[in-house]
Amino acid sequence: MELIASSRFVKAQQRVEASLPYTQELLRAISAAVSNGNGGGALVSEVEDRKRAAVILVTSDRGLAGAYSSAIIKEGEGLNALLKEEGVTPVHFLVGRKSVGYYKFRERKIANSWTGFTDQPKYEDAQAIAAAVTEAFNTDTNEGGVDEIHLVYTHFVNMAVQEVRVRRILPVEVVEVSKTEASKKLDTNVFPLYEFEPSPEAVLDALLPRYIENMIYTALLLAAASEHAARRRAMKSASDNAEELIRTLARQANQARQAEITQEISEIVGGADALTSA
Amino acid sequence: MSELNVSVVAVDRKVWVGAAKSIVATTPDGEIGIFAGHEPVLSLLVNGVVRIETLEGEKVAVAVHGGFVAVDSDHVRVLAEIAELAGDIDVDRAKKALDRASREDSPESIAAGHRAETRLKAAAAVTATGLHS
Repeated sequence: MELIASSRFVKAQQRVEASLPYTQELLRAISAAVSNGNGGGALVSEVEDRKRAAVILVTSDRGLAGAYSSAIIKEGEGLNALLKEEGVTPVHFLVGRKSVGYYKFRERKIANSWTGFTDQPKYEDAQAIAAAVTEAFNTDTNEGGVDEIHLVYTHFVNMAVQEVRVRRILPVEVVEVSKTEASKKLDTNVFPLYEFEPSPEAVLDALLPRYIENMIYTALLLAAASEHAARRRAMKSASDNAEELIRTLARQANQARQAEITQEISEIVGGADALTSA
Repeated sequence: MSELNVSVVAVDRKVWVGAAKSIVATTPDGEIGIFAGHEPVLSLLVNGVVRIETLEGEKVAVAVHGGFVAVDSDHVRVLAEIAELAGDIDVDRAKKALDRASREDSPESIAAGHRAETRLKAAAAVTATGLHS
């Protein structure tokens, strides 16, 4: 099990790396579009009076991964409580059978759920999730829509460290950074004065939904890598424990056998002694 | 001679990276041809074929779905949700997919039909020039 998880983990990590170029280029293009044009429309504007917020939990389909799923669910509970404190009703979107099971058992209302792909997410899966949450975002809150969307997933830092992260994906946070900072971050010079076709607004409007899809896709990939790393660790400690158990039990069995033999010998010797002295 | 640095990137992988003489793509406003020294452009692409001519004069056709192109200082980046080299496209399979899609009427099958059509176009663009990517 440990070995299976290891090999899947390597694949998952390769997929994370393979998705990086697109993410970088997309970010660059969006930053350029934002700094050149204005707008972005409904996807960036924040609502003053928030009523409902979507919370997407990315958990695993299968268990045997230690605290992987429960850490996400716990973080989700914390976020739910925080939102309720602010007078916002959380709406649950769930990824992975573990969270679905948890919410079903507590008979909570699930807005939408996706299962069956957490160890190997595809871009289409991310698109399906993005389409559902964007639709909820564009619906009026009184008709079951939401004002903002949060994503709870496990960020893969390295083999030993994975941390639960909460990200707000909608409305998109447009951060004003100075040009030097931006160029440092994106490893590029100041953006050239792009000619936008058909128009800056149209480009941005087309790019932002992709940005959201990409953000969810990246989160799914990172979560998959984390899941396999967590499972590998859980399985490693399981085999370590089993080995330890085998060692102690073997020792106890040997001790018992030895004691039995010693007793038998002393009984025989005792019996022989009694015979000779008689 | 100045050249273009082209990278075609799909969501999950790099599809084609290399130096090129020219690149032709289709935007919502019409075809755009890019040579070295082109002004910076950020443009959306309609689903279709992107044609690249390499320095050696070789023609590369890529089918793209849901993409855009960014050009600045002779760097051309084509990004797409799905991008496939014409040489990698299974023509028979695409034809079958088109067949299947044209029989149904759901939004998914229409989208699948469009994808298959783009693939066939890309494959045809390469065979028409008698070269393979």
